[in-house]
Amino acid sequence: MRGDLTWLDASIKSIRDVTPSVREFRIMPAGGPPGWTPGSHIQVNVVIDGRTDTRFYSLVGDYDPVCYRIAVKREQPSRGGSRYMWSLSPDARIKVTTPLNLFELEFGRPDYLLVAGGIGITPIYSMALTLARQNAPFRMLYAARSREEAAFLPELSAELENRLTFFAENEAERIDLATEIGRLRPGAQVYVCGPMGLLDALRHVWAATGHRPLDLRYETFANSGRYAPEPFWVRIAGRNVEVTVPENKSMLDSLTEAGIEVMFDCRRGECGLCSVDIVEIKGEIDHRDVFFSDHQKKMNNKMCACVSRVVGGGVTADVGYQSS
Amino acid sequence: MAAKKPFPLNAWYAAAWDVEIKRELFPRTVAGKHIVMYRKSDGSVAALEDACWHRLLPLSKGRLDGDEVVCGYHGIAYNSHGRCTFMPSQETINPGAAVRAFPVIERHRFVWVWTGDPALADPAKVPDLHWNKDPAWVGDGKTIHIKCDYRLVLDNLMDLTHETFVHASSIGSRAVAEAPFDVTHSDRTTTVSRWMHNIEPPPLWAAQLGKPGNVDRWQIIRFEVPCTIAIDVGVAPAGTGAPEGDRSQGVNGYVLNTITPETETTCHYHWSFVRNYRTSDQALTTELREGVHSVFHEDELILEAQQKAIEENPSHVFYNLNIDAGAMWVRRLIDKMVAVEEGQTTLRAAE
Repeated sequence: MRGDLTWLDASIKSIRDVTPSVREFRIMPAGGPPGWTPGSHIQVNVVIDGRTDTRFYSLVGDYDPVCYRIAVKREQPSRGGSRYMWSLSPDARIKVTTPLNLFELEFGRPDYLLVAGGIGITPIYSMALTLARQNAPFRMLYAARSREEAAFLPELSAELENRLTFFAENEAERIDLATEIGRLRPGAQVYVCGPMGLLDALRHVWAATGHRPLDLRYETFANSGRYAPEPFWVRIAGRNVEVTVPENKSMLDSLTEAGIEVMFDCRRGECGLCSVDIVEIKGEIDHRDVFFSDHQKKMNNKMCACVSRVVGGGVTADVGYQSS
Repeated sequence: MAAKKPFPLNAWYAAAWDVEIKRELFPRTVAGKHIVMYRKSDGSVAALEDACWHRLLPLSKGRLDGDEVVCGYHGIAYNSHGRCTFMPSQETINPGAAVRAFPVIERHRFVWVWTGDPALADPAKVPDLHWNKDPAWVGDGKTIHIKCDYRLVLDNLMDLTHETFVHASSIGSRAVAEAPFDVTHSDRTTTVSRWMHNIEPPPLWAAQLGKPGNVDRWQIIRFEVPCTIAIDVGVAPAGTGAPEGDRSQGVNGYVLNTITPETETTCHYHWSFVRNYRTSDQALTTELREGVHSVFHEDELILEAQQKAIEENPSHVFYNLNIDAGAMWVRRLIDKMVAVEEGQTTLRAAE
């Protein structure tokens, strides 16, 4: 349960570059890492422009009684989290949380398909190891920009052998989602982690082939959209206020710092509490949440301030404040 | 030094009798986990964490709708895997919304739930109580809720010397407290065997045997981790070969016990008594069940008083006697299971 989340002092045990743009950290929390199950993540305290923020990182590989393992992709442009993580040296002291699992693997299904896109490999990695150890029927599809950019590919290939298929974008290899889903036995589940485009495509094929939405399991930390983040403005309806949201800060944080109160909870585009009404748009809203349905996103009259952004201008928003 | 955890989580625990789980919500706490169980339309049993993901109201306060549980507060619904299927006033469902689903198996007339890491739930590890559903054996049992650490019940069953003193009017006899016994152990079991040769049978057994004269009496107590004890008991006319393996002149029963910890200081003691003689005598089944029930009530009083005394003397460490060998092996096997899982990926993030 989420209330049990506690912050732990930790030190970095070792750092290793698993690809040119993915760095693996072994982190030793004080008192040793609590147990965790595949799909779990931790939060890490990061410092961005002198202020602290938190980032979610999935735990990688098998449980290790000594340390957590996470992998961080250097994002360019970065909202600041990965830049901070990449600045850390071995022996650095940081703060991390106890693990939480919101992407829990369900056991006993007749078939499984694991799909990882890019750095989305992180939660899928431990799921694959667990299913392999149980001799569960599963296959794994892993797509990345190139073979060199695919984190943990050698380890996974050795462990999974022909249950793993890898797709290198630079060699024009693409996952044929419809065929892959068509091969699944009835009652199968799909677990996917990767960019929003991959998730959206999979969701559409899954629905179009008559599968139950609940059997498509995913986790996004809402850190990817259709566009790269860029600065945009937000005007508050009925008030003479304009706030600029820089590329490395969320709309929610920018509004809050400007004294515009918005309710929020999850900060990862799931709960919908930070939804604001959009009165006018210049440019396009890059919806990065999973709270609104496709149809609601197309209407473009609301957005989740915690993760969603605007490209090519800004929006006039109504945050529901009444002065009287 | 922190107290050792009294029970492992990576284990199958008998949560209820199979007949207790119907097409309705049945809450029960097992090894500290609040669980709600129900039977699905296909007859299989589902076991979910008994707390709504949203605001923690016990789901058992809600209702069953088909094979889904609907929370009695805001109508949030969950399927039998614990995945949320409905959230009010929104078009999507939060992808992380779920309650925990526990692996379940029905076997030996019980519903068993696995309270630990589901990846380790191996059906082969359900303790052996097959006599409960074996056509060669008949009988019945009950469940007693006892306000004591479940290990006190295990202690009680691993050493039947107490029969002489607690159950003097039914199965007790001086011979039990005088006869020697053997203790053996394996990785998952401990067995205490006691043979009493050429003794006067206690009243209950004299009536079962229905033959005059002295008997050879046996009690073979087999513990299987973490809390199941099957006791092979019986008498045969003295000298007819029972100790050597020929029980054909005697009567044989099994006292089948599985003691599910509820909390650290309370337990659900499931037991039955089955026999392989007069197997079509339904009146005898009822008589024996009620008879054993009153015998076990005598234990209940002792065990609850013992638990109270333990709580009043928190720093007291038990003295152990030779007769406690079986019970001490039991505790060592349980402690080992707990130690193993503390070093594994078995404890969930939330704990």
